[in-house]
Amino acid sequence: MQNLEELARRIRVNVLRMTNRGGSSHVGAAFSMTDIVAVLYGVVLKVNPSNPKDPARDRFILSKGHAGAAVYAALAERGFFPLERLLGHCQDGSDFSGHISHKGIPGVEFSTGSLGHGLSVGTGMAFAGRRAGAAHRVFVLMSDGECDEGSNWEAILFAPHHRLDNLVAIIDYNKIQSLAPVAETLTLEPFAEKWRAFGWEVRECDGHDHEQLRELLSSAPWTPGKPSCLLAHTTKGKGVSYMENTVAWHYRTAKGADFDQALKELEAK
Amino acid sequence: MRDHFIKRLTQLAANDPRIMLLTADLGFGVLTDFASKFPKQFLNVGVAEQNMTGLATGMALEGLIVFTYSIGNFSTLRCLEQIRNDASYHNANVKIVSVGSGFSYGSLGMSHHATEDISILRAIPGITIFSPGDLWESMEATEAAVKTPGTCYLRLDKSAAGRNEAPGEEFVIGRPRLRRQGNDLAIIATGGIVEEALKAAEALAKEKIEARVLSVHTLRPLDAAPILAAARETSAVITLEEHTVEGGLGGLVSELLLEQGAAPRRFYRMGLRNGFSAIVGSQAYLRKRYELDADAIRQTALRLLKT
Repeated sequence: MQNLEELARRIRVNVLRMTNRGGSSHVGAAFSMTDIVAVLYGVVLKVNPSNPKDPARDRFILSKGHAGAAVYAALAERGFFPLERLLGHCQDGSDFSGHISHKGIPGVEFSTGSLGHGLSVGTGMAFAGRRAGAAHRVFVLMSDGECDEGSNWEAILFAPHHRLDNLVAIIDYNKIQSLAPVAETLTLEPFAEKWRAFGWEVRECDGHDHEQLRELLSSAPWTPGKPSCLLAHTTKGKGVSYMENTVAWHYRTAKGADFDQALKELEAK
Repeated sequence: MRDHFIKRLTQLAANDPRIMLLTADLGFGVLTDFASKFPKQFLNVGVAEQNMTGLATGMALEGLIVFTYSIGNFSTLRCLEQIRNDASYHNANVKIVSVGSGFSYGSLGMSHHATEDISILRAIPGITIFSPGDLWESMEATEAAVKTPGTCYLRLDKSAAGRNEAPGEEFVIGRPRLRRQGNDLAIIATGGIVEEALKAAEALAKEKIEARVLSVHTLRPLDAAPILAAARETSAVITLEEHTVEGGLGGLVSELLLEQGAAPRRFYRMGLRNGFSAIVGSQAYLRKRYELDADAIRQTALRLLKT
Protein backbone atom coordinates (compact mmCIF):
# COMPACT_ATOMS: atom_id res chain seq x y z
CA MET A 1 0.00 0.00 0.00
CA GLN A 2 3.01 2.27 0.39
CA ASN A 3 3.19 2.73 -3.39
CA LEU A 4 -0.46 3.64 -3.47
CA GLU A 5 0.05 6.26 -0.77
CA GLU A 6 2.84 7.72 -2.84
CA LEU A 7 0.76 7.60 -6.04
CA ALA A 8 -2.14 9.35 -4.30
CA ARG A 9 0.22 11.98 -2.89
CA ARG A 10 1.74 12.62 -6.29
CA ILE A 11 -1.70 12.89 -7.91
CA ARG A 12 -2.71 15.51 -5.33
CA VAL A 13 0.47 17.50 -5.82
CA ASN A 14 0.01 17.41 -9.59
CA VAL A 15 -3.62 18.49 -9.26
CA LEU A 16 -2.62 21.35 -6.96
CA ARG A 17 0.00 22.57 -9.44
CA MET A 18 -2.29 22.11 -12.46
CA THR A 19 -5.20 24.01 -10.96
CA ASN A 20 -2.86 26.69 -9.63
CA ARG A 21 -1.30 27.18 -13.04
CA GLY A 22 -4.61 26.98 -14.86
CA GLY A 23 -6.46 29.17 -12.36
CA SER A 24 -9.10 26.47 -12.43
CA SER A 25 -11.72 25.12 -10.06
CA HIS A 26 -12.69 21.77 -8.59
CA VAL A 27 -9.58 21.02 -6.59
CA GLY A 28 -11.76 19.87 -3.68
CA ALA A 29 -13.70 17.50 -5.92
CA ALA A 30 -10.46 16.08 -7.32
CA PHE A 31 -8.93 15.57 -3.87
CA SER A 32 -12.00 13.79 -2.57
CA MET A 33 -11.68 11.10 -5.24
CA THR A 34 -7.90 10.96 -5.47
CA ASP A 35 -7.52 7.85 -3.35
CA ILE A 36 -10.15 6.03 -5.43
CA VAL A 37 -8.36 7.00 -8.63
CA ALA A 38 -4.98 6.01 -7.19
CA VAL A 39 -6.23 2.57 -6.21
CA LEU A 40 -7.92 2.08 -9.58
CA TYR A 41 -4.89 3.07 -11.64
CA GLY A 42 -2.41 1.68 -9.15
CA VAL A 43 -3.70 -1.86 -8.68
CA VAL A 44 -7.23 -2.50 -9.92
CA LEU A 45 -7.61 -1.51 -13.57
CA LYS A 46 -6.10 -3.77 -16.18
CA VAL A 47 -4.73 -1.09 -18.46
CA ASN A 48 -1.62 -0.90 -20.57
CA PRO A 49 0.04 2.51 -21.00
CA SER A 50 1.89 1.31 -24.10
CA ASN A 51 -1.38 0.14 -25.68
CA PRO A 52 -4.12 2.41 -24.35
CA LYS A 53 -6.74 1.00 -26.74
CA ASP A 54 -6.02 -2.65 -25.89
CA PRO A 55 -9.44 -4.32 -26.41
CA ALA A 56 -8.91 -6.38 -23.25
CA ARG A 57 -8.45 -3.30 -21.04
CA ASP A 58 -10.81 -2.47 -18.22
CA ARG A 59 -12.89 0.58 -19.09
CA PHE A 60 -12.91 3.52 -16.72
CA ILE A 61 -15.25 6.48 -17.15
CA LEU A 62 -15.01 9.54 -14.96
CA SER A 63 -18.59 10.77 -14.95
CA LYS A 64 -17.81 13.68 -12.60
CA GLY A 65 -15.74 15.20 -15.38
CA HIS A 66 -15.04 18.42 -13.47
CA ALA A 67 -12.50 16.52 -11.37
CA GLY A 68 -10.63 15.40 -14.49
CA ALA A 69 -7.32 16.84 -13.28
CA ALA A 70 -6.89 13.87 -10.95
CA VAL A 71 -7.36 11.37 -13.78
CA TYR A 72 -4.99 13.25 -16.08
CA ALA A 73 -2.44 13.16 -13.26
CA ALA A 74 -2.97 9.44 -12.64
CA LEU A 75 -2.56 8.67 -16.33
CA ALA A 76 0.65 10.67 -16.50
CA GLU A 77 1.97 8.98 -13.37
CA ARG A 78 1.15 5.60 -14.92
CA GLY A 79 3.10 6.54 -18.04
CA PHE A 80 0.31 7.07 -20.56
CA PHE A 81 1.95 10.37 -21.53
CA PRO A 82 4.79 12.53 -20.20
CA LEU A 83 4.19 14.35 -16.92
CA GLU A 84 5.18 17.62 -18.58
CA ARG A 85 1.95 17.56 -20.57
CA LEU A 86 0.05 18.20 -17.34
CA LEU A 87 1.45 21.71 -17.42
CA GLY A 88 -0.94 22.42 -20.27
CA HIS A 89 -3.99 21.99 -18.04
CA CYS A 90 -6.48 24.78 -18.80
CA GLN A 91 -3.84 26.69 -20.77
CA ASP A 92 -4.54 28.44 -24.08
CA GLY A 93 -4.43 26.00 -26.95
CA SER A 94 -4.25 22.91 -24.73
CA ASP A 95 -6.11 19.60 -25.06
CA PHE A 96 -6.28 19.37 -21.26
CA SER A 97 -9.67 20.90 -20.56
CA GLY A 98 -10.95 21.49 -17.06
CA HIS A 99 -13.58 18.82 -17.69
CA ILE A 100 -12.08 15.57 -18.85
CA SER A 101 -11.66 15.11 -22.60
CA HIS A 102 -10.33 12.14 -24.54
CA LYS A 103 -9.15 13.96 -27.64
CA GLY A 104 -5.39 13.88 -27.92
CA ILE A 105 -4.97 12.38 -24.45
CA PRO A 106 -4.01 8.68 -24.38
CA GLY A 107 -5.83 6.65 -21.75
CA VAL A 108 -8.92 8.80 -21.32
CA GLU A 109 -11.77 6.47 -22.18
CA PHE A 110 -14.56 9.02 -22.44
CA SER A 111 -15.16 12.76 -22.26
CA THR A 112 -17.60 14.14 -19.74
CA GLY A 113 -18.36 17.44 -18.07
CA SER A 114 -22.11 17.56 -18.11
CA LEU A 115 -23.27 15.41 -15.21
CA GLY A 116 -25.38 12.31 -15.58
CA HIS A 117 -23.84 10.95 -18.78
CA GLY A 118 -21.14 8.51 -17.72
CA LEU A 119 -23.23 5.74 -16.21
CA SER A 120 -25.38 5.20 -19.32
CA VAL A 121 -22.33 5.08 -21.56
CA GLY A 122 -20.52 2.72 -19.19
CA THR A 123 -23.63 0.55 -19.06
CA GLY A 124 -23.65 0.41 -22.85
CA MET A 125 -20.00 -0.64 -22.79
CA ALA A 126 -20.77 -3.31 -20.21
CA PHE A 127 -23.69 -4.57 -22.29
CA ALA A 128 -21.53 -4.78 -25.41
CA GLY A 129 -18.67 -6.40 -23.46
CA ARG A 130 -20.91 -9.11 -22.14
CA ARG A 131 -22.50 -9.63 -25.56
CA ALA A 132 -18.99 -10.20 -26.94
CA GLY A 133 -18.10 -12.56 -24.10
CA ALA A 134 -15.29 -10.27 -22.98
CA ALA A 135 -13.71 -10.60 -19.54
CA HIS A 136 -12.97 -6.96 -18.85
CA ARG A 137 -14.95 -4.81 -16.41
CA VAL A 138 -16.37 -1.30 -16.70
CA PHE A 139 -15.92 1.19 -13.84
CA VAL A 140 -17.82 4.46 -13.64
CA LEU A 141 -16.85 7.02 -11.01
CA MET A 142 -19.66 9.39 -10.15
CA SER A 143 -20.23 12.24 -7.73
CA ASP A 144 -22.98 12.31 -5.16
CA GLY A 145 -24.48 15.58 -6.39
CA GLU A 146 -24.53 14.09 -9.88
CA CYS A 147 -27.12 11.59 -8.69
CA ASP A 148 -29.66 14.44 -8.81
CA GLU A 149 -29.63 13.93 -12.59
CA GLY A 150 -32.57 11.75 -13.63
CA SER A 151 -30.68 10.18 -16.52
CA ASN A 152 -28.58 8.22 -14.00
CA TRP A 153 -31.67 6.56 -12.63
CA GLU A 154 -32.61 5.35 -16.09
CA ALA A 155 -29.28 3.52 -16.20
CA ILE A 156 -29.61 2.41 -12.58
CA LEU A 157 -32.89 0.72 -13.60
CA PHE A 158 -31.39 -0.79 -16.72
CA ALA A 159 -28.18 -2.43 -15.49
CA PRO A 160 -29.68 -4.83 -12.92
CA HIS A 161 -32.50 -5.78 -15.30
CA HIS A 162 -29.84 -6.95 -17.73
CA ARG A 163 -27.74 -8.54 -14.97
CA LEU A 164 -24.65 -6.55 -15.91
CA ASP A 165 -22.28 -7.79 -13.25
CA ASN A 166 -19.30 -6.55 -15.26
CA LEU A 167 -20.30 -2.99 -14.30
CA VAL A 168 -19.09 -1.18 -11.18
CA ALA A 169 -20.42 2.24 -10.18
CA ILE A 170 -18.37 4.08 -7.58
CA ILE A 171 -19.84 7.08 -5.80
CA ASP A 172 -17.44 9.66 -4.43
CA TYR A 173 -19.77 10.38 -1.54
CA ASN A 174 -18.23 13.53 -0.08
CA LYS A 175 -21.65 14.94 0.94
CA ILE A 176 -21.02 18.40 -0.47
CA GLN A 177 -22.36 19.50 -3.82
CA SER A 178 -21.99 22.67 -5.80
CA LEU A 179 -23.61 25.23 -3.52
CA ALA A 180 -24.26 23.46 -0.23
CA PRO A 181 -24.21 20.11 1.54
CA VAL A 182 -26.11 17.34 -0.23
CA ALA A 183 -28.36 16.89 2.81
CA GLU A 184 -29.52 20.49 2.54
CA THR A 185 -29.84 20.53 -1.25
CA LEU A 186 -31.57 17.33 -2.24
CA THR A 187 -30.97 14.51 0.13
CA LEU A 188 -29.86 11.19 -1.28
CA GLU A 189 -30.40 9.19 1.90
CA PRO A 190 -31.16 6.42 2.34
CA PHE A 191 -28.71 6.24 -0.53
CA ALA A 192 -27.48 2.65 -0.28
CA GLU A 193 -31.03 1.43 0.09
CA LYS A 194 -32.05 3.25 -3.07
CA TRP A 195 -29.39 1.45 -5.12
CA ARG A 196 -30.29 -1.85 -3.45
CA ALA A 197 -33.97 -1.32 -4.20
CA PHE A 198 -33.06 -0.90 -7.87
CA GLY A 199 -31.24 -4.25 -7.81
CA TRP A 200 -27.59 -3.35 -7.29
CA GLU A 201 -25.21 -5.09 -4.92
CA VAL A 202 -24.01 -2.29 -2.67
CA ARG A 203 -20.96 -1.98 -0.46
CA GLU A 204 -19.81 0.99 1.59
CA CYS A 205 -16.28 1.89 2.59
CA ASP A 206 -13.94 4.65 3.63
CA GLY A 207 -13.06 6.19 0.29
CA HIS A 208 -9.60 7.13 1.54
CA ASP A 209 -8.69 3.68 2.84
CA HIS A 210 -6.59 2.11 0.13
CA GLU A 211 -6.82 -1.42 1.51
CA GLN A 212 -10.63 -1.34 1.67
CA LEU A 213 -10.86 0.18 -1.80
CA ARG A 214 -8.44 -2.35 -3.28
CA GLU A 215 -10.22 -5.29 -1.71
CA LEU A 216 -13.71 -4.21 -2.79
CA LEU A 217 -12.87 -2.96 -6.28
CA SER A 218 -10.71 -5.97 -7.10
CA SER A 219 -13.34 -8.47 -6.00
CA ALA A 220 -16.40 -7.04 -7.80
CA PRO A 221 -18.86 -8.41 -8.76
CA TRP A 222 -19.72 -9.27 -5.20
CA THR A 223 -22.80 -11.17 -6.30
CA PRO A 224 -22.87 -12.88 -9.69
CA GLY A 225 -25.58 -11.45 -11.92
CA LYS A 226 -25.74 -8.08 -10.16
CA PRO A 227 -24.00 -4.81 -10.99
CA SER A 228 -21.92 -3.43 -8.14
CA CYS A 229 -22.20 -0.04 -6.46
CA LEU A 230 -19.51 1.15 -4.08
CA LEU A 231 -20.52 4.06 -1.87
CA ALA A 232 -17.13 5.46 -1.01
CA HIS A 233 -17.47 7.85 1.93
CA THR A 234 -15.02 10.65 1.33
CA THR A 235 -14.00 14.10 2.50
CA LYS A 236 -14.17 16.89 0.00
CA GLY A 237 -10.75 18.55 -0.32
CA LYS A 238 -9.06 15.61 1.41
CA GLY A 239 -5.39 16.15 2.16
CA VAL A 240 -5.28 19.90 2.67
CA SER A 241 -6.56 21.01 6.05
CA TYR A 242 -8.18 24.27 5.07
CA MET A 243 -9.91 22.74 2.04
CA GLU A 244 -11.49 19.79 3.81
CA ASN A 245 -15.27 19.76 4.05
CA THR A 246 -15.73 23.20 2.55
CA VAL A 247 -18.02 24.30 -0.25
CA ALA A 248 -15.71 27.15 -1.30
CA TRP A 249 -12.89 24.86 -2.44
CA HIS A 250 -15.19 23.38 -5.05
CA TYR A 251 -14.45 26.64 -6.86
CA ARG A 252 -11.39 28.36 -5.49
CA THR A 253 -7.87 28.10 -6.84
CA ALA A 254 -5.01 27.82 -4.38
CA LYS A 255 -2.73 30.80 -4.99
CA GLY A 256 0.10 32.46 -3.06
CA ALA A 257 0.22 31.50 0.60
CA ASP A 258 -2.70 29.08 0.15
CA PHE A 259 -0.74 27.26 -2.53
CA ASP A 260 2.42 27.15 -0.41
CA GLN A 261 0.61 25.78 2.58
CA ALA A 262 -1.24 23.16 0.55
CA LEU A 263 1.99 22.01 -1.05
CA LYS A 264 3.69 21.85 2.32
CA GLU A 265 0.89 19.73 3.79
CA LEU A 266 0.81 17.37 0.82
CA GLU A 267 4.57 16.96 0.68
CA ALA A 268 4.74 16.27 4.40
CA LYS A 269 2.53 13.20 3.98
CA MET B 1 -41.02 5.07 -44.83
CA ARG B 2 -40.88 3.43 -41.43
CA ASP B 3 -41.74 0.04 -42.92
CA HIS B 4 -39.17 0.44 -45.67
CA PHE B 5 -36.56 1.47 -43.15
CA ILE B 6 -37.11 -1.63 -41.04
CA LYS B 7 -37.27 -3.85 -44.10
CA ARG B 8 -33.86 -2.68 -45.27
CA LEU B 9 -32.41 -2.76 -41.78
CA THR B 10 -33.59 -6.35 -41.38
CA GLN B 11 -31.76 -7.29 -44.58
CA LEU B 12 -28.61 -5.51 -43.45
CA ALA B 13 -28.69 -6.95 -39.92
CA ALA B 14 -28.78 -10.48 -41.30
CA ASN B 15 -25.31 -9.96 -42.74
CA ASP B 16 -23.84 -7.66 -40.16
CA PRO B 17 -23.96 -8.76 -36.51
CA ARG B 18 -22.60 -5.35 -35.47
CA ILE B 19 -26.00 -3.79 -36.17
CA MET B 20 -28.08 -3.21 -33.03
CA LEU B 21 -31.56 -1.72 -32.88
CA LEU B 22 -32.57 -0.02 -29.65
CA THR B 23 -36.06 1.30 -29.11
CA ALA B 24 -37.39 3.43 -26.28
CA ASP B 25 -40.52 1.31 -26.03
CA LEU B 26 -42.09 2.36 -29.33
CA GLY B 27 -42.65 0.58 -32.63
CA PHE B 28 -45.61 -1.68 -31.79
CA GLY B 29 -46.08 -4.16 -34.60
CA VAL B 30 -43.27 -2.59 -36.62
CA LEU B 31 -40.18 -4.00 -34.95
CA THR B 32 -41.59 -7.43 -34.10
CA ASP B 33 -40.13 -9.19 -37.11
CA PHE B 34 -36.68 -7.71 -36.55
CA ALA B 35 -36.82 -8.56 -32.85
CA SER B 36 -37.80 -12.18 -33.44
CA LYS B 37 -35.23 -12.71 -36.21
CA PHE B 38 -32.35 -11.05 -34.37
CA PRO B 39 -32.96 -11.23 -30.63
CA LYS B 40 -29.31 -10.46 -29.90
CA GLN B 41 -29.43 -7.36 -32.08
CA PHE B 42 -32.60 -5.89 -30.62
CA LEU B 43 -33.21 -4.22 -27.30
CA ASN B 44 -36.19 -2.38 -25.87
CA VAL B 45 -34.54 -0.13 -23.29
CA GLY B 46 -37.78 1.15 -21.81
CA VAL B 47 -39.13 4.69 -21.92
CA ALA B 48 -35.73 6.28 -21.39
CA GLU B 49 -34.29 8.14 -24.36
CA GLN B 50 -31.38 9.72 -22.51
CA ASN B 51 -30.22 6.32 -21.33
CA MET B 52 -30.88 4.84 -24.79
CA THR B 53 -28.54 7.35 -26.41
CA GLY B 54 -25.86 6.90 -23.74
CA LEU B 55 -26.14 3.12 -24.01
CA ALA B 56 -25.93 3.35 -27.78
CA THR B 57 -22.78 5.44 -27.50
CA GLY B 58 -21.16 2.95 -25.15
CA MET B 59 -22.07 0.06 -27.44
CA ALA B 60 -20.90 1.93 -30.52
CA LEU B 61 -17.54 2.68 -28.93
CA GLU B 62 -17.21 -1.08 -28.43
CA GLY B 63 -17.58 -1.65 -32.16
CA LEU B 64 -21.33 -1.93 -32.74
CA ILE B 65 -23.50 0.09 -35.13
CA VAL B 66 -26.41 1.16 -33.00
CA PHE B 67 -29.77 2.51 -34.15
CA THR B 68 -31.84 4.42 -31.58
CA TYR B 69 -35.51 4.37 -32.52
CA SER B 70 -38.40 6.42 -31.30
CA ILE B 71 -41.14 8.77 -32.39
CA GLY B 72 -40.74 12.39 -33.37
CA ASN B 73 -38.93 14.49 -30.81
CA PHE B 74 -38.23 11.69 -28.33
CA SER B 75 -35.13 10.27 -30.00
CA THR B 76 -33.78 13.75 -30.75
CA LEU B 77 -34.75 16.64 -28.47
CA ARG B 78 -35.35 14.59 -25.34
CA CYS B 79 -31.76 13.37 -25.37
CA LEU B 80 -30.11 16.22 -27.23
CA GLU B 81 -27.14 16.59 -24.92
CA GLN B 82 -26.42 12.85 -25.08
CA ILE B 83 -26.44 13.19 -28.87
CA ARG B 84 -24.07 16.16 -28.69
CA ASN B 85 -21.62 15.23 -25.93
CA ASP B 86 -21.71 11.45 -26.04
CA ALA B 87 -22.45 10.33 -29.58
CA SER B 88 -21.24 13.15 -31.79
CA TYR B 89 -18.19 14.38 -29.83
CA HIS B 90 -16.95 10.80 -29.70
CA ASN B 91 -17.79 10.22 -33.36
CA ALA B 92 -19.72 7.16 -32.22
CA ASN B 93 -21.61 4.97 -34.67
CA VAL B 94 -24.99 5.94 -33.30
CA LYS B 95 -27.79 6.19 -35.86
CA ILE B 96 -30.68 8.22 -34.50
CA VAL B 97 -34.03 7.38 -36.05
CA SER B 98 -37.02 9.66 -35.66
CA VAL B 99 -40.25 8.21 -36.96
CA GLY B 100 -43.06 10.58 -37.86
CA SER B 101 -41.45 13.81 -38.93
CA GLY B 102 -43.35 17.06 -39.38
CA PHE B 103 -47.08 16.54 -38.97
CA SER B 104 -46.97 12.76 -39.52
CA TYR B 105 -48.68 12.43 -36.14
CA GLY B 106 -50.62 15.62 -36.65
CA SER B 107 -53.68 14.59 -34.69
CA LEU B 108 -51.68 13.62 -31.61
CA GLY B 109 -50.86 17.19 -30.76
CA MET B 110 -47.94 19.55 -30.33
CA SER B 111 -45.79 17.08 -28.38
CA HIS B 112 -45.78 14.84 -31.46
CA HIS B 113 -45.22 17.53 -34.08
CA ALA B 114 -41.56 17.12 -35.07
CA THR B 115 -41.00 20.50 -36.60
CA GLU B 116 -37.69 21.86 -35.27
CA ASP B 117 -35.41 18.82 -35.32
CA ILE B 118 -33.54 19.64 -38.53
CA SER B 119 -32.51 23.09 -37.31
CA ILE B 120 -31.48 21.80 -33.93
CA LEU B 121 -29.48 18.82 -35.17
CA ARG B 122 -27.94 20.91 -37.95
CA ALA B 123 -26.38 23.07 -35.27
CA ILE B 124 -24.50 20.11 -33.80
CA PRO B 125 -21.23 19.39 -35.58
CA GLY B 126 -20.46 16.03 -37.06
CA ILE B 127 -23.92 14.57 -37.59
CA THR B 128 -24.84 13.26 -41.02
CA ILE B 129 -28.48 14.18 -41.59
CA PHE B 130 -30.78 12.16 -43.83
CA SER B 131 -34.30 13.30 -44.61
CA PRO B 132 -35.57 11.04 -47.40
CA GLY B 133 -38.46 12.11 -49.58
CA ASP B 134 -39.63 8.78 -50.92
CA LEU B 135 -39.62 5.09 -50.15
CA TRP B 136 -36.50 4.25 -52.14
CA GLU B 137 -34.61 7.10 -50.57
CA SER B 138 -35.65 5.93 -47.10
CA MET B 139 -34.22 2.47 -47.75
CA GLU B 140 -31.06 3.81 -49.31
CA ALA B 141 -30.58 6.33 -46.50
CA THR B 142 -30.87 3.47 -44.01
CA GLU B 143 -28.08 1.62 -45.75
CA ALA B 144 -26.04 4.80 -46.11
CA ALA B 145 -26.35 5.38 -42.36
CA VAL B 146 -24.90 1.93 -41.71
CA LYS B 147 -22.01 2.60 -44.06
CA THR B 148 -21.28 6.16 -42.93
CA PRO B 149 -18.90 6.27 -39.97
CA GLY B 150 -19.99 8.38 -37.03
CA THR B 151 -23.28 9.73 -35.81
CA CYS B 152 -26.17 9.95 -38.27
CA TYR B 153 -29.73 11.18 -38.06
CA LEU B 154 -32.47 9.53 -40.09
CA ARG B 155 -35.70 11.53 -40.29
CA LEU B 156 -38.57 9.34 -41.44
CA ASP B 157 -41.89 10.74 -42.61
CA LYS B 158 -45.22 8.97 -42.63
CA SER B 159 -45.93 10.35 -46.10
CA ALA B 160 -43.67 9.66 -49.05
CA ALA B 161 -43.37 10.85 -52.63
CA GLY B 162 -43.91 7.41 -54.11
CA ARG B 163 -41.03 5.46 -55.60
CA ASN B 164 -39.49 6.30 -58.92
CA GLU B 165 -35.86 5.29 -58.82
CA ALA B 166 -34.25 4.52 -62.15
CA PRO B 167 -33.10 0.96 -62.72
CA GLY B 168 -29.70 0.60 -61.11
CA GLU B 169 -29.78 4.13 -59.72
CA GLU B 170 -27.11 4.83 -57.16
CA PHE B 171 -27.95 6.74 -53.98
CA VAL B 172 -25.29 9.38 -53.50
CA ILE B 173 -25.00 10.74 -49.96
CA GLY B 174 -25.37 14.51 -50.01
CA ARG B 175 -26.47 14.90 -53.62
CA PRO B 176 -29.97 16.35 -54.01
CA ARG B 177 -31.95 14.14 -56.30
CA LEU B 178 -33.69 15.50 -59.36
CA ARG B 179 -37.30 14.38 -59.17
CA ARG B 180 -38.56 16.52 -62.02
CA GLN B 181 -36.83 18.58 -64.67
CA GLY B 182 -37.86 22.16 -65.38
CA ASN B 183 -36.27 25.55 -65.92
CA ASP B 184 -38.93 28.09 -64.97
CA LEU B 185 -38.54 27.71 -61.24
CA ALA B 186 -37.10 25.25 -58.76
CA ILE B 187 -38.78 23.68 -55.74
CA ILE B 188 -36.15 22.36 -53.37
CA ALA B 189 -37.83 20.13 -50.81
CA THR B 190 -37.01 17.64 -48.08
CA GLY B 191 -39.04 14.79 -46.57
CA GLY B 192 -42.32 13.26 -47.63
CA ILE B 193 -43.63 16.68 -48.58
CA VAL B 194 -41.70 16.24 -51.83
CA GLU B 195 -44.99 14.64 -52.94
CA GLU B 196 -46.72 18.03 -52.65
CA ALA B 197 -43.95 19.64 -54.69
CA LEU B 198 -44.44 17.08 -57.45
CA LYS B 199 -48.21 17.61 -57.46
CA ALA B 200 -47.71 21.38 -57.63
CA ALA B 201 -45.28 20.93 -60.52
CA GLU B 202 -47.87 18.88 -62.41
CA ALA B 203 -50.47 21.60 -61.89
CA LEU B 204 -48.03 24.31 -62.99
CA ALA B 205 -47.16 22.33 -66.11
CA LYS B 206 -50.79 22.67 -67.19
CA GLU B 207 -50.22 26.42 -67.03
CA LYS B 208 -47.06 26.08 -69.15
CA ILE B 209 -44.73 26.56 -66.21
CA GLU B 210 -42.06 23.91 -65.81
CA ALA B 211 -40.90 23.45 -62.25
CA ARG B 212 -37.73 21.60 -61.34
CA VAL B 213 -38.14 19.52 -58.18
CA LEU B 214 -35.17 18.47 -56.07
CA SER B 215 -35.36 16.09 -53.14
CA VAL B 216 -32.76 16.96 -50.55
CA HIS B 217 -32.50 13.55 -48.92
CA THR B 218 -29.26 14.48 -47.16
CA LEU B 219 -28.87 17.86 -45.46
CA ARG B 220 -25.35 17.22 -44.24
CA PRO B 221 -23.14 16.75 -46.16
CA LEU B 222 -24.72 18.68 -49.03
CA ASP B 223 -23.45 18.76 -52.58
CA ALA B 224 -23.97 22.40 -53.53
CA ALA B 225 -23.87 21.95 -57.30
CA PRO B 226 -27.51 21.00 -57.94
CA ILE B 227 -28.69 23.82 -55.65
CA LEU B 228 -26.48 26.40 -57.34
CA ALA B 229 -27.61 25.17 -60.75
CA ALA B 230 -31.24 25.48 -59.69
CA ALA B 231 -30.67 29.10 -58.65
CA ARG B 232 -28.77 29.99 -61.81
CA GLU B 233 -30.91 28.18 -64.34
CA THR B 234 -34.38 29.14 -63.13
CA SER B 235 -36.23 32.36 -62.34
CA ALA B 236 -37.27 31.52 -58.78
CA VAL B 237 -36.36 29.18 -55.98
CA ILE B 238 -38.80 27.86 -53.40
CA THR B 239 -37.65 25.76 -50.48
CA LEU B 240 -40.24 23.46 -48.96
CA GLU B 241 -40.22 21.64 -45.63
CA GLU B 242 -42.76 20.44 -43.09
CA HIS B 243 -40.68 22.11 -40.44
CA THR B 244 -39.95 25.58 -39.14
CA VAL B 245 -38.37 27.88 -41.72
CA GLU B 246 -35.90 29.00 -39.08
CA GLY B 247 -32.67 27.14 -39.61
CA GLY B 248 -34.06 24.22 -41.55
CA LEU B 249 -33.76 23.45 -45.25
CA GLY B 250 -34.71 27.01 -46.18
CA GLY B 251 -32.01 28.36 -43.92
CA LEU B 252 -29.47 25.92 -45.29
CA VAL B 253 -30.23 26.77 -48.92
CA SER B 254 -30.22 30.53 -48.23
CA GLU B 255 -26.85 30.33 -46.50
CA LEU B 256 -25.38 28.28 -49.29
CA LEU B 257 -26.68 30.46 -52.14
CA LEU B 258 -25.66 33.76 -50.54
CA GLU B 259 -22.19 32.55 -49.62
CA GLN B 260 -21.67 31.23 -53.13
CA GLY B 261 -22.77 34.52 -54.68
CA ALA B 262 -25.67 32.76 -56.34
CA ALA B 263 -28.66 34.56 -54.89
CA PRO B 264 -31.69 33.49 -56.90
CA ARG B 265 -33.73 36.13 -58.67
CA ARG B 266 -36.73 35.33 -56.48
CA PHE B 267 -36.75 33.24 -53.35
CA TYR B 268 -39.22 32.03 -50.74
CA ARG B 269 -38.94 29.59 -47.85
CA MET B 270 -42.11 27.53 -47.48
CA GLY B 271 -42.42 26.02 -44.04
CA LEU B 272 -43.89 26.77 -40.65
CA ARG B 273 -43.82 30.43 -39.68
CA ASN B 274 -46.48 30.83 -37.04
CA GLY B 275 -45.17 29.07 -33.97
CA PHE B 276 -46.50 25.85 -32.53
CA SER B 277 -49.65 24.31 -33.85
CA ALA B 278 -52.26 23.90 -31.16
CA ILE B 279 -54.58 22.81 -33.97
CA VAL B 280 -54.56 19.11 -34.74
CA GLY B 281 -55.53 17.10 -37.76
CA SER B 282 -54.25 14.75 -40.42
CA GLN B 283 -50.95 15.44 -42.13
CA ALA B 284 -52.88 16.46 -45.27
CA TYR B 285 -55.15 18.77 -43.29
CA LEU B 286 -52.28 20.50 -41.48
CA ARG B 287 -50.34 20.98 -44.71
CA LYS B 288 -53.34 22.73 -46.17
CA ARG B 289 -53.96 24.71 -43.01
CA TYR B 290 -50.37 25.99 -42.91
CA GLU B 291 -50.20 26.58 -46.67
CA LEU B 292 -47.76 23.82 -47.47
CA ASP B 293 -49.92 21.72 -49.79
CA ALA B 294 -49.67 21.47 -53.55
CA ASP B 295 -52.12 24.29 -54.15
CA ALA B 296 -50.27 26.65 -51.82
CA ILE B 297 -46.99 25.78 -53.54
CA ARG B 298 -48.57 26.48 -56.93
CA GLN B 299 -49.84 29.85 -55.76
CA THR B 300 -46.48 30.75 -54.25
CA ALA B 301 -44.80 29.86 -57.53
CA LEU B 302 -47.21 32.02 -59.54
CA ARG B 303 -46.76 34.92 -57.13
CA LEU B 304 -42.97 34.74 -57.31
CA LEU B 305 -42.90 34.46 -61.09
CA LYS B 306 -45.20 37.50 -61.41
CA THR B 307 -43.00 39.79 -59.36
